[in-house]
Amino acid sequence: MQSEVMFAGFGGQGILLSGKMLAEAAMAKGFEVAWVPSYGPEMRGGTAYCMVVVSEKSIASPIIQNPMHLIAMNRPSLEKFAPVVKPSGVVLINSSLISAGAGRDDIDELALPVTEIARELGSVKIANIVALGAFVARSKIVDFESLRKTVKEEFADKEKFIPLNMAALDRGKKMALEVEPSNIPRPS
Amino acid sequence: MGKTFQKPISLAEQDTHYCPGCTHGVIHRLVAEVIDELDVRSRTVGIAPVGCAVLAYNYFTFDFLEAAHGRAPAVATGIKRVRPDLIVFTYQGDGDLASIGMAEIIHAANRGEKFTTIFVNNAVYGMTGGQMAPTTMPNQRTTTSPLGRNVEEVGMPIKVAELLSSFETPGYISRQAVLRPKYIVKAKKAIKKAFEYQMQNRCFSFVELVSNCPTNWGLTPVESIKWAEETLLPYYKLGEFKNPDDVEEG
Amino acid sequence: MGKVLMKGNEAIGEAAIKAGCLNYFAYPITPQSEVAEYLSRRLPEVDGVFLQGESEVAVSYMVFGAAACGERVFTTSSSPGISLMSEAISYIAGAECPAVFVNIMRGGPGLGGILPSQADYLQATKGIGHGDFRLLVMAPASVQEAVEMVMMAFPLAEKYRNPVMILGDGLIGQMMEPVEFPDRLQSEPINKDDWATNGMAMRKSEQRNLVKSLFLDPEQLNAHNLVLKAKYERMAREEVKYDSYNTAVNYKALVVSYGTMSRVCRTAIDDLKADGFEVGMIRPQIVFPFPESAVYDAASKKSCKIVICIEMSMGQMVEDVERSVKGIRPVRWYGKCGGEVPTPEEVMDAIKACEE
Repeated sequence: MQSEVMFAGFGGQGILLSGKMLAEAAMAKGFEVAWVPSYGPEMRGGTAYCMVVVSEKSIASPIIQNPMHLIAMNRPSLEKFAPVVKPSGVVLINSSLISAGAGRDDIDELALPVTEIARELGSVKIANIVALGAFVARSKIVDFESLRKTVKEEFADKEKFIPLNMAALDRGKKMALEVEPSNIPRPS
Repeated sequence: MGKTFQKPISLAEQDTHYCPGCTHGVIHRLVAEVIDELDVRSRTVGIAPVGCAVLAYNYFTFDFLEAAHGRAPAVATGIKRVRPDLIVFTYQGDGDLASIGMAEIIHAANRGEKFTTIFVNNAVYGMTGGQMAPTTMPNQRTTTSPLGRNVEEVGMPIKVAELLSSFETPGYISRQAVLRPKYIVKAKKAIKKAFEYQMQNRCFSFVELVSNCPTNWGLTPVESIKWAEETLLPYYKLGEFKNPDDVEEG
Repeated sequence: MGKVLMKGNEAIGEAAIKAGCLNYFAYPITPQSEVAEYLSRRLPEVDGVFLQGESEVAVSYMVFGAAACGERVFTTSSSPGISLMSEAISYIAGAECPAVFVNIMRGGPGLGGILPSQADYLQATKGIGHGDFRLLVMAPASVQEAVEMVMMAFPLAEKYRNPVMILGDGLIGQMMEPVEFPDRLQSEPINKDDWATNGMAMRKSEQRNLVKSLFLDPEQLNAHNLVLKAKYERMAREEVKYDSYNTAVNYKALVVSYGTMSRVCRTAIDDLKADGFEVGMIRPQIVFPFPESAVYDAASKKSCKIVICIEMSMGQMVEDVERSVKGIRPVRWYGKCGGEVPTPEEVMDAIKACEE
């Protein structure tokens, strides 16, 4: 069993970091993982995306045409990647910045205002963490507690940020579970 | 009565390939004497250039390495960074150092690499047959400037000692000549100072030596000395341009 | 030490340290600059040498200087930078010094692009610079393999007194995967006192050493080249390394692919198998010397009708594959080299098209 998650948004939205934290959490649970970035001259404001592959066995191709899931933090990302997500995958849409939907009826669409929530919690910078918490809670791709542990470790040398990030994860989870799941059969 | 004059131990028992009247032999000897006097032969590594001195490694009795054209300062940097205990010097001509290797010497000097460069300036490419060098004088005829160096086309000769002295990084930069004994005595002092600064781990040290090339200048050895004194020395002023104490005191 | 999630470039830097190489000269270029960034922090912690030089040209000669002293040393770059280093690599090979060069390939020619590519295959395997010489070239397909190859590269460079190149595509540098640094690959540098310019005092000798590539006497130069030739022939006997995939079955087509591209092929092979179409693969892990016999043997399997070379270049490996197959099977090529790695679906289609 292998699943892939596309993280996409503007450069500076913490896309690469949240992908990395998911990969770490999955690795800690004994999965094989690969984190594949787009790397370009864009450092800020451009389009940033990365693919995280999580698998029970050794990962062959790190190049994935149709990811299982998508986290779209801005509109161009949603437009670019929503059409290629596999049926029944989770598509998380940052509705603070994106007014549109994925335009598909065979996926589990989860529109959450993660940027606004992050602002409410104290910093727009943690929108990615809100999204990550929501996505993991919804997709159950890794155990939520394992993710919490990973995020804590990520901020081990910046301890004062840990409570904020934990709050972001938990708030994401809470919101993801409040929204009625779309009537989509899940892959076993 | 013991011997009062003998071959330095650092100099090999070997005839050189240099042309009659060429001053490379004098410079080799000065370097060898300094290395003997400082007693560092067993931890010295020399770096030969591409040019007339490409075979310099045959004339010394310590470890030697042969670099590509112009790259000796980068090679010396590599050695000195991984083995700061070694005494390292590059021996380079004007085509090697001031043309193809300009980037390497500038950056090594500016980083303040703790090695010594002996720069032999005779205003011409020697080994390849007398082509124009960056240090060739205005109107000087060479095989690639048959009508004389046209400064409108190729600019004025580069004064390397002055150029390297312009850096804020502390360094020892001197220009001397090896045309007559009176210059040679001073040249040796400068070379010794350069190696001493290296031994004290003070700074990059550089001695430019105004030299001759009777063969490619088309002159006899004696004429070549006269021409160098009349033409090169007024442009390439002798003296100490920079000293690490200047910066520390000032 | 357990598994850690690391970016290929950072893992390459750490692997060198674990291999006992504490000397690194750097010049930034995408997509490998993270090696320099990582080592600029890490090497001072272990009393190592980190220096950012003024150009790839200078950096490659700093490597030469350090290597000539018998110290373990390496540098990393990407395609255009490697072209600039090719002069020094020729000198280092000519002077018979050990050194490790990592090329995290990007698209070319010229500035090309910054995305993954395998377009420097010919440059790496056929000599890279002027003169008759070769590099031992290792081509990792994962971050873990990159780590292991870097750790193996130093003793191999010393064994042959020759530069070794790690040839990875951009993805190997940029991807993060779990890695561990195997203790079994740690090694002690071999004694270099018989040739290195490390100072007579250091080796307690009155015999000076000379490191050079200049042999003006034609007989001596010929003899020197024969020594080098013998070295490359010994590599061909002792250092062939490859991996086989799905070769136990009766496959109709044989793929030859390396690096990241070979992983895409693995997925394509699995998917084709599900459709009932068997394809085998030989993946050279060392591309020079090339695993000629392995490719020949795999191609000569009765069921095999065709050999397909799949790479992120316009067919640079084809001639090595053709040479190995010796005409017993037709050799086809599929690839892309703009920086977009072909997808498993594209590879499946290409294999099917070749087979038809």
